[in-house]
Amino acid sequence: MSTHFFGDTAVLLGRSMRHIFRSVDTIITTAITPIALLLLFVYVLGGAIETGTDNYVNYLLPGIMLIAIASGIAYTAFRLFTDMKSGIFERFHSMPIARSSVLWAHVLTSVVANLLSVIIIVLVGLLMGFRSSSGPLEWLAVAGILALFTLALTWVAVIAGLTASTVEGASAFSYPLIFLPFISSAFVPTETTPGPVRWFAENQPVTAIVNTIQHLFAGQPVGSDIWIALAWCVGILVLAYVFAMAVYRHKIT
Amino acid sequence: MNIEETSMQNPWPAIRVQQGLEKSYKDLSVLRGVDFDVAPGSIFALLGSNGAGKTTIVRILSTLLRSDAGTATVSGFNVTTDPLRVRESISLTGQFAAVDEILSGRENLVLVAKLRHLKASGQIADDLLARFNLADAASRKVSTYSGGMRRRLDIAMSLIGQPKVIFLDEPTTGLDPEGRIELWQVIEELARQGTTVLLTTQYLEEAEQLADRIAILHQGRIITNGSLAELKQLLPPAKVEYVEKQPTLEDIFLALVGNDGKYESSKDRS
Repeated sequence: MSTHFFGDTAVLLGRSMRHIFRSVDTIITTAITPIALLLLFVYVLGGAIETGTDNYVNYLLPGIMLIAIASGIAYTAFRLFTDMKSGIFERFHSMPIARSSVLWAHVLTSVVANLLSVIIIVLVGLLMGFRSSSGPLEWLAVAGILALFTLALTWVAVIAGLTASTVEGASAFSYPLIFLPFISSAFVPTETTPGPVRWFAENQPVTAIVNTIQHLFAGQPVGSDIWIALAWCVGILVLAYVFAMAVYRHKIT
Repeated sequence: MNIEETSMQNPWPAIRVQQGLEKSYKDLSVLRGVDFDVAPGSIFALLGSNGAGKTTIVRILSTLLRSDAGTATVSGFNVTTDPLRVRESISLTGQFAAVDEILSGRENLVLVAKLRHLKASGQIADDLLARFNLADAASRKVSTYSGGMRRRLDIAMSLIGQPKVIFLDEPTTGLDPEGRIELWQVIEELARQGTTVLLTTQYLEEAEQLADRIAILHQGRIITNGSLAELKQLLPPAKVEYVEKQPTLEDIFLALVGNDGKYESSKDRS
């Protein structure tokens, strides 16, 4: 790895963070749909949903955070796509920099931007009655899992951004990801759903992640869910990273 | 500086393309055996119509694309086996201004200076802003810049770190006549300071004005390569004819808007 990797990544990270703070609307838009869902489910549908917890906001918040991240990563694909089309990628690539830092800067920016959206959502949740008995260690664990989830999905977004031929194509891949939480334990307990749906819900990554965060917030033991959640995140991360880097190398030579 | 140092810094030639450079995209053969040399500190023009392969040559020389056959060296370094050393000595200005629209002009320059690992990036940016007449717009977002300003910023970004070899891919496409003349002056200034310039163009006049040597690229091959005087000898000898000299539209345009003596013909340049 080039000696300039960290320095170059820091400089390019500064660049894309400027992009974020000059278009704060991207963070707001990322947060607004999940917040609307939160309001809808808590105040309209929530009364009819039986989750076995005394507070539906507590039950719902983890899934809402995942929806926000799944939609937020589309902006990474979009920014990457724009950089490739504008020719600034070629300028960077013809300069004596560590080439992989161009991608890493976008990926780290995505983690920061999504964390900001999630913080906004947690604040809205608090206003709506979200309460948690977790200590700092549990909060740190939640932040870690969310960061890992963001990192994994962002590398998926990198593949989309590098391979898309239109702007629409660059962000369309995130729609199915946004729907995954709906078919999981995020909104209703999986036991209430019919057979095949229940089977899918219980064996897809979102359920394990949602369960883990729900338990961490409630101060309960997380059991095996946390290991399943970590395995999913790390698995997706490694696969997406390897594939994205292969696509990238193919693109730049 | 002794002679040895000079020759270390200026390996001759600055650019060497040999053994028949070739490149195909699937079935489409873009370059079919290209060879040429560019002397240090000279301006070399690749002249050709759209699709002749000019951009492909520039992309190979700036390490963005790998050739299928043939070798190319820049500043003595092989573009395939030693790309990092090549990138340290070159700078590329592509066909479309490669600037960051969301950053300001100054931030764009600072960004490139930092990526070239230079200290005093702020000072470098300010100097270039002044030199390219962008100081007033320094803190404005580039998305508000005119086409000419964008191009000037683009070129300014390419000069950071004083690269020995500069590639300019159709640098004046889309510029107004004044912008073009300004850019020509910058290019000549660079060559005077010892920078090697390889530029591609489809404007015959541009090659005629600027270049020490001109290569005509046609269907992936260089069909002729020489100085303007040499190229002129390829044609039948000049004959004396009486022709009424009408002003060109460019003469009229520049007379009306006033070019403030910004540019005198570069043909006087020795």
